[in-house]
Amino acid sequence: MLNDYNDVLQKLCHHLKQLAGPEVEITPQTDLINELAIDSVKLLNLIMEIEDEFDISVPINALADVQTVHELANLIHRIRSQKQ
Amino acid sequence: MSLLDKLDAVAAARKALLPEGIEVFGTPIEEVYSSTEARIGDHRILFLGTNNYLGLTFAQECRDAAQEAIHSEGTGTTGSRMANGSYSGHRALEREFAEFYQCRSCIVFTTGYQANLATISGLAGPGDIVLIDGDSHASIYDGCRLSGAEIIRFRHNDAADLEKRLRRLGERSRSTLIIAEGIYSMLGDRAPLADIVKVKDAYNSTLLLDEAHSLGVLGETGQGLVEETGLLDRVDFITGTFSKSLGGIGGYCVSNHPQLDQLRYVSRPYIFTASPTPATIASTRAALRLLREGVELRRQLWKNVHQLYSQLKELGYRLGPEPSPVIATILETPQQALALWKGLLEHGIYVNLVLPPATPEGNSLVRCSVSAVHTSEQMNHVGKTFAKLRETIFQ
Repeated sequence: MLNDYNDVLQKLCHHLKQLAGPEVEITPQTDLINELAIDSVKLLNLIMEIEDEFDISVPINALADVQTVHELANLIHRIRSQKQ
Repeated sequence: MSLLDKLDAVAAARKALLPEGIEVFGTPIEEVYSSTEARIGDHRILFLGTNNYLGLTFAQECRDAAQEAIHSEGTGTTGSRMANGSYSGHRALEREFAEFYQCRSCIVFTTGYQANLATISGLAGPGDIVLIDGDSHASIYDGCRLSGAEIIRFRHNDAADLEKRLRRLGERSRSTLIIAEGIYSMLGDRAPLADIVKVKDAYNSTLLLDEAHSLGVLGETGQGLVEETGLLDRVDFITGTFSKSLGGIGGYCVSNHPQLDQLRYVSRPYIFTASPTPATIASTRAALRLLREGVELRRQLWKNVHQLYSQLKELGYRLGPEPSPVIATILETPQQALALWKGLLEHGIYVNLVLPPATPEGNSLVRCSVSAVHTSEQMNHVGKTFAKLRETIFQ
């Protein structure tokens, strides 16, 4: 399970780097909005990329509780686990 | 952060972007002379962003009908239809819309925004899914949130992407409401309705089409994209607004599903708001008659559309993907967009400035809305002004 979470985290960070720029350091505690300056539209577009990457559906309602990279990775991991 | 601090942050962001003294959002309009002309400050200006596609705001029939309704029924209904009753005008307009769309029933709402809010939140609920185009209008997003359903987006105007997301849902696709728009308000492009209908049928889903910008504009009698594509009977629910081609305020939903009428008992934006005023209903009924007969108005509208779209294209402006009464020039930066907006206003042309994050792809837009009653002189003035401003904007 942990390996699966780490896989999600790694792939998520790859997508985030493309948005925020390669020079930006991203950790699980990084705040998506305040530190990476990802606005709401960019975040929604990122979710579509993630849905395709993991072949899952991520309802945007679930994003209300997401602030950090870890929380987003955890959400994806949870949805993925439910699917399997 | 205290309760009001976040609004200070909005004020700071606004100040950083917009110079003092420029009222971009909510520009004060001192007098309105006609469907296309008004006064801002001391200057007579041309409206080129009002969505007054058929120019009906000053149609004599509509103004007379509104005046007569005020005299006979008063200025307002002072309450909701559930509590205070449905006036004969409300019921007549619903019958007329249902007949216009050859549909079983219609519900009229107080605004177009509420039409989407009420319809979506009435149809979908917790446990359901709404699958919406990524470029959907705010009223669609807000209706989805109010519904409590799970919200999933598909890539703008991409039926293959929609199909992929439905496939992922498996059996749940049957309790999915797909939402698209006839003409999208930002870039003026049409939905690929035939492809969307095919996908929704394949997955036994339900389709709602918002014809806010396409009512009166597309189709022989102005029904919208459903008429232009011949797919009226393949769309489950159609919503729209009275505030664009009908020149008033209000909204509607029409459908052949008998369940539509039950929305009157479950939909909060319908139940808990005052019903449309008699004047609004009367002017809309008159406008709907003009819209249905408005073949010549639509011909003139599209003539103006093609003239402006091709002029701007030739000038090298980056535009939305197809000619439409919404003609958006796409600028790389908010500063460029602001400079173009300001330059147009200085030349007596008032358009919409739309900035991120309200725009697709984070672009900044200067958005024009063409009307059937713009004269050839007015359209020539617009074309010449865009030509003049091009060099200063892109230097």
